Amino acid sequence: MNTADRTGEGVVRLEGRAKVTGAARYAVEHPLDGCLHAWPVPAGIARGRITAIDTERALAEPGTVAVLSHENAPRLGEPEDPELFVLQSPRVAYRGQYVALAVAETPQAARAAAAAVRLEYAAEPHDVTLTGGHPGLYAPETVNGGYPTDRERGDFDMAFAASEFRLDTRYRIPPLHNHPMEPHASTAVWEGPRLRVYDSAQGAHAVQSELAALFGLEPERITVVSEHVGGGFGSKGTPRPQVVLACLAARETGRPVKLAVPRHQMAQIVGHRAATEQRVRIGADGAGQISALAHEVVTYSSTVREFTEQAATPSRTMYASPHSRTTHRVTRLDVPTPSWMRAPGECPGMFALESAMDELAVTTGIDPVEIRLRNDTAKEPDSGHPFSSRRLADCLREGARRFGWEGRDPRPGTRAEGRLLIGTGVAASGYPVYVAPARATARAEAAGGYRIEVDATDIGTGARTVLAQIAAEALAAPLDRIRIGIGNSDLPKGPVAGGSMGTASWGWAVHKACRALLRTLAEHSGPLPEEGLSAHADTSDDVAARSDAYARRAFGAQFAEVQVDMDTGETRLRRLLGVFAAGRVLNARTARSQFIGGMTMGVSMALTEHSTMDAEFGDFAERDLAMYHVAVNADVPDVQAYWLDEEDQELNPMGSKGIGEIGIVGTAAAVTSAVHHATGVRVRELPVLPESLLPGLAEWRRPAVV
Amino acid sequence: MEAPVHASPVTLYVNGTARELVVDNRTTVLDALREQLDLTGAKKGCDHGQCGACTVLVDGLRMNSCLLFAVARDGARITTVEGLADGPELHPLQEAFLERDAYQCGYCTPGQLCSAVGVLEEMAAGRPSAVTAPEHPSGQAVPAGDTEIRERMSGNLCRCGCYVNIVRAVDDAAGAQAGAGHGGSEGGAW
Ligand code: FES
Ligand code: FES
Repeated sequence: MNTADRTGEGVVRLEGRAKVTGAARYAVEHPLDGCLHAWPVPAGIARGRITAIDTERALAEPGTVAVLSHENAPRLGEPEDPELFVLQSPRVAYRGQYVALAVAETPQAARAAAAAVRLEYAAEPHDVTLTGGHPGLYAPETVNGGYPTDRERGDFDMAFAASEFRLDTRYRIPPLHNHPMEPHASTAVWEGPRLRVYDSAQGAHAVQSELAALFGLEPERITVVSEHVGGGFGSKGTPRPQVVLACLAARETGRPVKLAVPRHQMAQIVGHRAATEQRVRIGADGAGQISALAHEVVTYSSTVREFTEQAATPSRTMYASPHSRTTHRVTRLDVPTPSWMRAPGECPGMFALESAMDELAVTTGIDPVEIRLRNDTAKEPDSGHPFSSRRLADCLREGARRFGWEGRDPRPGTRAEGRLLIGTGVAASGYPVYVAPARATARAEAAGGYRIEVDATDIGTGARTVLAQIAAEALAAPLDRIRIGIGNSDLPKGPVAGGSMGTASWGWAVHKACRALLRTLAEHSGPLPEEGLSAHADTSDDVAARSDAYARRAFGAQFAEVQVDMDTGETRLRRLLGVFAAGRVLNARTARSQFIGGMTMGVSMALTEHSTMDAEFGDFAERDLAMYHVAVNADVPDVQAYWLDEEDQELNPMGSKGIGEIGIVGTAAAVTSAVHHATGVRVRELPVLPESLLPGLAEWRRPAVV
Repeated sequence: MEAPVHASPVTLYVNGTARELVVDNRTTVLDALREQLDLTGAKKGCDHGQCGACTVLVDGLRMNSCLLFAVARDGARITTVEGLADGPELHPLQEAFLERDAYQCGYCTPGQLCSAVGVLEEMAAGRPSAVTAPEHPSGQAVPAGDTEIRERMSGNLCRCGCYVNIVRAVDDAAGAQAGAGHGGSEGGAW
């Protein structure tokens, strides 16, 4: 038996060949006879009402088939997410919200028709600006993820006031956009009473259930296919308006319709990471031991839907903190609706917390690795539960060793190469271990081999491959005997690819189905029936039966080295190294890519990504990839990821923790800490920009020697 | 007041096959490939020349096909990702991408691959980049190496963050292609 097929081994992705030859078909790449093209029309005001729509010129464009708006679009049932209730009312809740849709024979005609739609509005005054003291701030019932809005432990004020060292800082993160390389895209086909949809989504079942509510159909009459998905990073975790528009247009025209969201409309339509203002206060003794920790988050959502980035939650779990206060306040602005972006809560929250830890290290004169070790905890401070496994200290030590941290001179500005100032920084990473119930089927086929079915989604994580490996291992069969079907709502239901819980959730069901199949096979004698032998599994009970006496979390540590040009203030990454402890790693090749991918996005967040809400027009100023800068190849010279073996019996049968998001957690703080080390300038507002550094750089600048 | 549609016949030689088309003059090479020829390997990431997902080789040079009007490319030889392999035999870059896991979601991958084919040819032809040493003799092959590859591949965005693996993959293929004169590597994940 080929052991390379098993979990843990770096099996090449099963769909790899299809992806490198261009054969993999994404959501709007399925050839369908008579398929029309749709192009949405975004609202041109930030708040108000549409008073008139003139579609005459649009309809006169050659090739136009229909123009839909709230005046003529079919009525929809109530969805769970009000963002999906498109073209149902003249109200405009934010600039860029979809208000009409042009449908035409070709993409060129659809775009021209959309441009020819004339809208008149009754605009109302809008408010799109988040401020720390915004009058609309309130405490939501819970924050994203279902976490409590506020938590208090001990007496923060008393302990803080009594602390030898007191740190009180504020950190700001601008809105951030997911921008997966494949835009949100859908193809819809009505086949009699059935609806077939190819959707670029992180969960086909989630799309199916919303479409069922919107179109008043039994879910069984809807098939959603998401076989290949060009990234999502959370933004495709819930259905987005384009899929509803495609279905509406297909119903209206009686023909298949495809719709890919134009890149410059994505910032407004697909969700984003809301800006946060975070105040962190730490009280510590002379040994760097934290006694008081407060993390207070202010953020916004839209008027359409409440979404509160749970950025204070990392402070409930990372470090020993006898006295703690963590709070969230949100205000509702006339802005596009924020949503999930890779490691919601954890990523922005850990930028603040880990930056503050570095500031505490500098203030107390304790090494940044050491100060984290001193505040390590075997019990989750907030819940009091022991961690099922927590190797943060090992990650820090192993990372320091690999990176060459020892002997670092902590004083800023002490390393230079020519006119470049060099600095290093560290930050911890963490991410919760989630799991959700899933179903799967395993079938032994009469012709030999096995067929595994589960509605999992592979958005680039390697899920398809890892699930096949899990099946191969559970069945004690070679990998090439396994055929796997995923990405289709007709398959047994699985949760969305989100919260880094995919592999644990789908994998558990696959594992269970395979084990059940082995029992069925053992009881069977004679040749297999023509339809093979099947076993089904549902992990609802298993997931519910997990002990709640443990806190479950993955940990890591990231080390960054940057160079800052003392004349221009330009910061560039030189290297980034991460060490993670995330349970059992099931596929070394794809796991490494997950870690590195997250870390790379973290570098991007630290150094290049910047979005501005235009107060006057209620628009994101950086709407496309020329304006919104995601890191390019030359920005990311050297990223290395390692992981430690971690045995944990309290997770799932595979012993795995999620790895899709932890890589982006902490990265930005490691980078800004390195910038501080290089320059002495503390950047508390992302991204790191030359204008933030230049005033502080004067100190180091030496005259150029010509 | 129906406006006239301006359309033109063009012939594109795509992956070695002559394809005769009538295109709306507003049609880009990318849309012609994807919507009229059902060659969906070239991806549309932005449609504005900002991401590189649509990169194909036009008369041997890598270009963003979303920025080219098909009508202006009559007679062009176009190679898409579908045309890189030789039958079942993958192009060395495709092999290297699989081996190095230089892709995740795969959406930028066809553009990365076509771009990399162009990069290797440009380096072999001695065309300097912004990071080529000024004293490098013109016309002589530019040695591959991480810095050169990173610089030249920076027009192809990858939101999944596969850059370090892409560099390794391109470097592998450059090594296989160049043998001696190969610039070696630094850093990276593998
Ligand atoms: S689609 Fe052509 S550069 Fe983005
Ligand atoms: S592999 Fe997903 S964008 Fe590059």
